[in-house]
Formats: sequence, C-alpha cells, structure tokens
Amino acid sequence: MRKSLLVAFLILGLAATAGAQSGTVLLNAAGATFPYPIYSKWFDVYHTAHPNVQINYQSIGSGGGIRQLLAGTVDFGASDGPMSDEQLGQAKFKILHFPTVLGAVVPTYNVAGITGDLNFTQKALAGIYLGTITKWNDPEIAKANPGVSLPNADIVVVHRSDGSGTSYIWTDFLSKASADWKSKVGNGTSVNWPVGLGGKGNEGVTGLVKQTPGSIGYVELIYALSNNIPYGKVQNAAGKFLKADLAGVTAAAAGAAKDMPEDFRVSITNAPGATAYPISSFTWLLIPAQISDATKRDAIKDFLKWMLADGQGFNESLSYAKLPKPVIEKEKKAISLVQ
Amino acid sequence: MDHAAPRHAGGPRSFVERLRDGDEIAHVVTLTFAALILLITSMLVYELWVNSHLSRAQFGWNFFWTQTWDPIFEHYGAAPFIYGTLVTSIVSLIIAVPLGLAAAVYLAELAPRNLSDSIAFLIDLLAAVPSVIYGLLGIFVVVPAVRTTIGPILINTVGNVPVIGRFFKGPNYGVGFLTASIVLAIMIVPFIISVSREVLLTVPREQREAALGLGATRWEATWKVVVPWARTGIMGSIFLALARALGETMAVTMVIGNDPKIRESLFASGYTIAAVIANEFTEATGDLYLSALIELGLVLFLMTFILNGLARILIVATERGGGRPT
Repeated sequence: MRKSLLVAFLILGLAATAGAQSGTVLLNAAGATFPYPIYSKWFDVYHTAHPNVQINYQSIGSGGGIRQLLAGTVDFGASDGPMSDEQLGQAKFKILHFPTVLGAVVPTYNVAGITGDLNFTQKALAGIYLGTITKWNDPEIAKANPGVSLPNADIVVVHRSDGSGTSYIWTDFLSKASADWKSKVGNGTSVNWPVGLGGKGNEGVTGLVKQTPGSIGYVELIYALSNNIPYGKVQNAAGKFLKADLAGVTAAAAGAAKDMPEDFRVSITNAPGATAYPISSFTWLLIPAQISDATKRDAIKDFLKWMLADGQGFNESLSYAKLPKPVIEKEKKAISLVQ
Repeated sequence: MDHAAPRHAGGPRSFVERLRDGDEIAHVVTLTFAALILLITSMLVYELWVNSHLSRAQFGWNFFWTQTWDPIFEHYGAAPFIYGTLVTSIVSLIIAVPLGLAAAVYLAELAPRNLSDSIAFLIDLLAAVPSVIYGLLGIFVVVPAVRTTIGPILINTVGNVPVIGRFFKGPNYGVGFLTASIVLAIMIVPFIISVSREVLLTVPREQREAALGLGATRWEATWKVVVPWARTGIMGSIFLALARALGETMAVTMVIGNDPKIRESLFASGYTIAAVIANEFTEATGDLYLSALIELGLVLFLMTFILNGLARILIVATERGGGRPT
C-alpha cells in the first residue's frame, strides 16, 4: 500500500514538472491597488484565451511595485503615479510607462440641509484643504451655489491617512488649482496635510464623512459609484461644473492626448476641454524596455496589444473609464519599443 | 530509568552516561532555544538599525523633537508620533487599571467560584478578539458616543476644573486621543483581569484567614493583605497591557484621526508610531522616506524597552517594600 502510494506521488510530481516545462510562461507583476479589480479580470480572461501564459499580480501598492521592479524581482510593475526622473535614474535598465485605465476622484460631503449636488470651484477646494476657508457659507463656496442656503458651520476636512494613488491625483489637482498649495504642500501619495482628519482607505474617508456633520472628503469615482455615495461637481479648466462620470474622465484623457509626451508620463488633471472632468488620472504598467527572455517578452507584448483592444471592453463593467482612441494608437506604436 | 550498563557507585558519571541520561541534551536544547530568542531579537534590532541609517545620518538627534512629517519636502520628525503613542497608552492605562483591578478583585475574592470561572472564560475570549474588530467597535459605537454624549459631558464638567480642564477643551469630532484611549482600554482590560485574577487566586488562604482572625473586615483583608501579596503579578499584568497598548495598530488608526500634530486637548486628533507605519509603509517610495519609517520602528522598540526596564525596576523596588517574602 505504502509503496504504491509513493509511486503515485512520484508520477504526479513528474507530471507536474513536465507540465511546467512544456511552454508555460509565468509572469510576475506587482504594484498599484487602484486598478487591481480590472487587472485581475484581464489576467484571468487572457489566461483563458492563452492557457500557457500565467500572470501573477500582487497588489502591494504603487511604491512596492516600483521597488520590486527596480530590484528585479518582478517582470513588470504597476503604479498609480508615474515614476519620477530620480526613480528612473536609479533603475539599472530603461523602464517604459503604458497607461491602462483611467480613474477619477470626487469630493463627497455631509452638510446639514443640503441634499443636492454642490458646485465647487478650484479655489474653493484648495482653500478648504489649505485651511483658509473654514465655514460652509464662505463666499467662495456660496457664489458657485446661488440659491442654496449654506449653514454657518465649520468645515471638517477629511483626507486619506494611508499613502494612495487617490491622494496623488487629488493633490496633483490642488497643486494646479492653487500656487499656494503647490509651494506649501506639493503633490504625492502622502503629503503633510495642513488640516484635517485622516481616514484609512476609501472606506475610512467615507465612514468619517458620513459620521461627521459638516465634513468634506475625497474618494475614488469607482468607489462612489459602486457604493452610491453622493458627490459634488467640480469646475474644470473650461469653467464648467461637471459631475464626474466615465465619459468625462475619458474626455480628460482625450483632451490631454494632443500634448502627451512620448513616454506617457503625464498628469491629466485640469485637462482642457468642455466635457473633461478635472480630477482624472491614468494608471500605468511599468515595463522594462529590454527583456532578455524571448518567451516572456513576446507574452508581455501580446498582452499589451490585447489589453489595448479587447481588454478595454471590460473597463466599463467594472466602472473604469476607457482609454481614448488617440492614446491607444500612440501606445500601440510604443509597444515596439519593448525589445 | 533503565540503563543497560551498570552505574558507577558514587563518583562522577562519564560523558556517555550523562548523554544517555538526557540531562546534557535537555541542557543543550533548552539553552539553544533561549539563545535563539535573544538572537532573533538582536537580528530585529540590527535590521532596524541598518535600514534606518539614511534617516539617522540626515536628522540625527533632531528626529526626536522635530514636529513635521512631510514626505514631499522630506522633513521627518518623530515628536508627534511619540507624543500620540505615550498619550494613548497612558490614558488607556488610567482607564483600564482601576477597572481591571476592581474586576479581578471581585472575581477572585468576592464572586462564587463557578460564576468567577465562567466570567473569566468569557474575558479570556475577549482577549483573543482581533484588533480590527475593536476598531470597528470604535468607529460604530465609541466615536458617535464620544462626539454626542461623553464628549459634551466631559467638556461641561471636567473642562471647567482648573488644572486638568485644559485637556478637555476644544473641538470634538468624535475621533481623537480620548476615543483611541477608550478603545485601547477595552482591548487591554482582559489582560489585566485575567492575569490579576490568576495571581490573586494563588494568595495562600492562611493570609486571608490570619487577617480576618485579627479582626479585619472583608474589604480590609482583601485590600490591605491579599492585593499587596499579589502586587508583583498585578504589576506584571499592567505592563503586559501597556506593551499591547504601545504596539496596537489597526484599532488605533481607525479612531485616532491620523493627524501628526501635538495638541493638548484629548478630543484633538493625533497619530501614533504604529499607525503611521501601517498607513504609509507600502506606498513609501523614496529611500529616505522608508528609512524614516524604519527609524520610527526603532524608536518604538526603544520606548518599549525603556518602559519595560522601568517596570522591572519598579517591581524590584516594591518587592523590597513588602508582599511575598523573597
């Protein structure tokens, strides 16, 4: 009995290793948490279509993804914010950025007596987060909302306590909205917030805003849509007050596509265009320009082509915005840079 | 014990005989495990030390009293976090120790034995609840309670008392030092109760009976004879609870407001070392940023070490004063 069991295990073991050697490509990737749902879906669908390619993605955060890529422990990385020149300089090899989906950030608030959508000018949001605008009935907020009676209540500011791509997009927008913010605070996944309480994750911010009367916070558009959280309108570069939706986000990318740099490392907040939602951003895959293993290189290039074509079809069902056509065309050409 | 070979009558046993007896092996094995713990701790400190060298080189001793934490302009300082960690731990002890000790005394001395055993079992279960659950309890129960009920009551009563009133003034949003301390107190009370109760139960009956025999009331016998006898064990339980409070991460970050500022009011929001490391570590991209977070970890280790050292000294000092004869 024991001997036959041993033989059975040996055969299973051999079969497993044999299977592994027969042309399966295993790719390891790590990085951003924001696009994790769509990436899981893509890698799963791609694997069903190409059973010999297995992509394993760990959502450890953009910072972790960049570090693992620089250390060479993953085949490619993912990040919500583009790598800085300094980080690219630290890499031993050239790294290419490929935008995959678009995300947006919306302001959510809890003000007594207000049930409709509030309009926020860029100066209002910057002032609130800098701590210079402290009451809800401040003229900067009131003038954008004629006919709405705002209470004379204190504004309680809520931000993210954990480092996150959402904060990156929000602070990037505020840096463009206010020179004061840019010089005093700057933009990044974690900043030195002048005022406010920190909540952990979108859930933390939503929880604090729901519980604290007179509060304002920011959350990802997808989170707001899937959890039916009310959010306000933001004024874009063209002066229009827009409520965020997937079309507005894609329009922002399209607006920025004309002046997009070749390496796609661009911020699309405050993009030009009447329908462009101002607080939008890409999220990127970070691919090494030189991949020595031919099977891995071909698998990655093929995946990128698939992602730009069929992959984009899955975005809307998970509430991610699609990449606009001009950007897709540019990226298709850039795939040939991976060698 | 069976031995195939005959033993030498009297005289020293040979190495082979000692080996066969198992004493040497037991000695070596237990020594190895004890040394292993020390080795792991030293490796931990070594790693913390080495990986924080960038931050130590840049900031030096100023790291301890700089109040800014700015990842963009790369100014890092531990002061707000040290303050937050100390305040939440101390206030949680102030709440938990009287509560825990009183409960332990009741369970050990005054309650009928079966009631005492079943309640003790339930309290041990409380100690095993994951801290995230306490965090949720904090968000959904304690935060609204502090914002709407406890806060206003304290502001109106204690807030007007001359010296300690300053700690109970200012805006109250529900999250802050006080809420975090309350949640921590709920988490550490089971440790105090369970260990103190065990220790109180080991006090010999003769001590109680002698006190009662000399005319003490039930309360006097408990408070003046039984509790001092168990003093070392009770203090040990308090320092165990303190250790947990210092390192508690998830429950605290959910209810403290995560704002790295030093403020007097207990209703103000703050930040602790464990909370900031948990929040910012995964997304920390720069080398100096990472190094600063690791240096914070080293600071926390140092704080725990110092507080435990003080605990030891306190125990030794009071042992000389009374309690169990040494």
